[in-house]
Amino acid sequence: MFNGSEIANLFEELGVTHVVTVPDTTIGPWLAEIRATSVDVIQVCREGEAWGIAMGLYLGGATPIVLIQCTGLFESGDALRNAIYDYRLPLFGLVGYRSYLSQASLPGDTCLRFTEPILDAWEVDSVFVDEPGKLGEIATHFRACQAAGKPGIVLFAEGKA
Amino acid sequence: MSGNTNSNMPLVETLRVIQQSRGKEDIVVTTMGTGREWSGFEQHPLDLVYVPSSMGQATSVALGLAIAQPDRRVIVCQGDGSLLMNLGSLVTITSRMPQNLVVLLMENRVYEITGRQGTPGTAELRADGQDTDFAELARAAGFPEVLEFDDLAAWRDAASMVLSSSGPVFAVLKVEPVSGETAPRSPGPAWERATALRERLTRSSGGA
Repeated sequence: MFNGSEIANLFEELGVTHVVTVPDTTIGPWLAEIRATSVDVIQVCREGEAWGIAMGLYLGGATPIVLIQCTGLFESGDALRNAIYDYRLPLFGLVGYRSYLSQASLPGDTCLRFTEPILDAWEVDSVFVDEPGKLGEIATHFRACQAAGKPGIVLFAEGKA
Repeated sequence: MSGNTNSNMPLVETLRVIQQSRGKEDIVVTTMGTGREWSGFEQHPLDLVYVPSSMGQATSVALGLAIAQPDRRVIVCQGDGSLLMNLGSLVTITSRMPQNLVVLLMENRVYEITGRQGTPGTAELRADGQDTDFAELARAAGFPEVLEFDDLAAWRDAASMVLSSSGPVFAVLKVEPVSGETAPRSPGPAWERATALRERLTRSSGGA
């Protein structure tokens, strides 16, 4: 839906200092172009680490974004809870919605059943971006969350439409 | 793998050595049992008592701090039960090789605050009857400097060197579980402490 250049430019424009990530088939191809910018890419072993590292980066004065697949959101719930509720940190995440654009050709991915209810359960201010023309909504939501000092997530559609 | 020597250090005194040996601009992250005991010491503005925590995340929080504050030393103290919840963090740390990060593992072989149940790393719960060798794990993960201490006098003698070495440093400190009251408590509202730490770190030089 988006390419690495668009995402890399977006992160630079937003003043993101670090991207903490676990790649999937959508995110992985973006990383080389993000690494070619001033944005520091920190690749972690599992997604729980990503929120913990983002917490440390934020406390140290940085502006991180967590970039993970929805399965990683499922995995990392406790780390997310701790950072944004116990410590009330305004962390921001970009979460890939696996198979959303492949529902016709690859039906039955249970990510389609659980992603939105789980995101709702965490009560994070979220925006869903499901087409290429909505790239700007990521920036809008990021800036709004930063201005309000609150956490936020952009859920973006993955898969081949 | 190696067996437990049963020659371990008292946790409070082991932590006290860290408190006395840290640099005044060092950040110290403690959690779970180490956070509980550290909270009893005189507080320092660069302490992060990571209570409440997401268990296992102390090393990750410390890595984030170390990357964001490259000119400042970050010392993280956590137990073996916590580390076992986030072993991959050792590999993430060495993928970055932060020279300013010191990981101190307080190995007591139990989940102390839930009633001293053994971890899956202890000989008693393992089919091979051997304690997990955390120093070897750290070496295998790529830590260039790995040390072990089970004697308080030796730890006291070496602490300043360990805490100031070029990292990432990993040191196993074999400690005794603490008996009695074991639940950690946040020393004040967590969000207020986080805000104060961030303000302190962003006010001074060295930030990202």
